[in-house]
Amino acid sequence: MSVVLDVFSIVAIVAGLVFFLAGTVGLLRFPDAYTRLHALTKADNLGVALVVTGLLPQMDGVLAALKLVLVWLLVMLSSGAVSQLIARSVRRRECSE
Amino acid sequence: MTAIVSLVVALLLLWLALWTVVARDAFVAVAGFVVYGLLLSLVWVRLAGIDVALTEAAIGGGLTGALLLGAVGRLRGTEAAAWSERSGACTRAFAVLLSVSVATVLALCVLTLPEPPPTLAPQAAENLAATGVGNPITGVLLAFRALDTLLEAVVLVIALIGVWSLAPDRFWGGRPGPRYGADPDGILTYLARVLPPIGIVVGLYLFWAGADHPGGKFQSATILAAMWMLVQMAGLSDAPRIDSRWLRAGIVVGPLVFVAVGVLGAWQAGAFLGYPDGWAKPMIVVIELALLPTLVLVLALLLNGAPARSADSPPAPGETSLSARSTRPMPAGGTRQ
Repeated sequence: MSVVLDVFSIVAIVAGLVFFLAGTVGLLRFPDAYTRLHALTKADNLGVALVVTGLLPQMDGVLAALKLVLVWLLVMLSSGAVSQLIARSVRRRECSE
Repeated sequence: MTAIVSLVVALLLLWLALWTVVARDAFVAVAGFVVYGLLLSLVWVRLAGIDVALTEAAIGGGLTGALLLGAVGRLRGTEAAAWSERSGACTRAFAVLLSVSVATVLALCVLTLPEPPPTLAPQAAENLAATGVGNPITGVLLAFRALDTLLEAVVLVIALIGVWSLAPDRFWGGRPGPRYGADPDGILTYLARVLPPIGIVVGLYLFWAGADHPGGKFQSATILAAMWMLVQMAGLSDAPRIDSRWLRAGIVVGPLVFVAVGVLGAWQAGAFLGYPDGWAKPMIVVIELALLPTLVLVLALLLNGAPARSADSPPAPGETSLSARSTRPMPAGGTRQ
C-alpha cells in the first residue's frame, strides 16, 4: 500500500514540477505581460495543486494534510488576485500611453 | 544529494544579493531584495531555524519589502536624475575599499570562530522548564534575554516617533499617507474582504502557538498589520488619526506593561525582569498580550508613513504612493473593451 502511495506522490509531484518548468519557460519566453501572466498562473495553480496532492499521502495526520490544503487554497487566492492586479495596471499604463 | 541542493541554494542566494546591489532600477532592486528574503527563509528552514525563517519571511521579505516599495514610489520622480549622476573615481574606489574590508573582516571573524563555537544553548535548554514555555526561542526572548526584547519594542516605538516627526506642522495630528481608493467591485476590494478573517485567525494562531512551537508575537503582528494594510489599501477603512488616544495608548501599552512586569520582578524576585517562582508563564503571557497591539500598530503605522493630510481630508483616489501600481482605480471606460 505504502509503495502505491509513494509512487502516486512521485508521479504527482513530478507532474507538478513539469508545470512549474513550463510556467517558468513561458515567463521567460512569452512576448508580453498578459501571456507571461498566463504562463505564471498555470504554474501557480496546476503546479502547486499537483505538488500538494502528491504530498497529501505523505503527511502524518489529517490536520497536517488540511493545513497543506489550506496553504494551496491561499496560494490560489493570492496568485489569482495578484495576477489580476498586475494585468490591470499593465492595461492602465497602455491606456494612458 | 542534499549537499548539492544546499550548494545550489547558497550560490543562488549570493547571485541574488549581487544582482540586488548591482540593479540600477530601484524597483528591480527591491523585487530582488524580496526574493532574496524569501530564499533566505528557505535557508533558515534547512538550518532548522523555523522561528528565524518565519521572521525572515514576514519581516525581512514582506514588511521591509513593502517599506522599500513605498520608498521607491516616493523616489520615482528623482530616479532619472539619480541615473544620470556618476560618482567620481575617488568615491568609487573608496566604496570598493570599504565594502571589501568589511567583507574581509566579517569573513575573518567567521573563519576564526573556535570549534565548536561557544554556545549557551545547553544552559538555555536545561532551564527551559522553569519558564513554563515549550519553545526555546520564546524562552530566550521573554525570560533569559527579556531585556533585549524590551529594548526592541522600545526601539520600534522610537522609530515610529521618528517617522511621525517628519510630518509638516499643519498635518500634525492628521492621518498618514494618502487616502486609498479602489474599485469597489474590483479584485483588490474582494481580496480585502476575503483574506482578513483568515489572516486574523492565522496571526492569532501563530501568536498562541509561539509558546510551544515556532511562531510568536513578531510574526503574528506582521500578518495582522498586513491585513490592516490590505483593508486600508482597498479603501475599506482609512488610516487612523495619529492624535487619537486609543491609538497612542495601544502603541505604548506593550513597553509600559513590560517595564511594569520588570519592576514587579525587581521587587518580588530580586532582579529587574526576574519572574517570581512559578509565575514565569503567566508573566510571559501578559507581556506577549500587551506587546501584540504595540507591534501591530507600530508595524502598520511605519508602513503608513508620516502624517500627510489633515484628519478630515476628503478621499483623494488616484493619489497613492505605497502601491501606486495596484490600488489606483481604473480610469472611466478603462475596464471595458
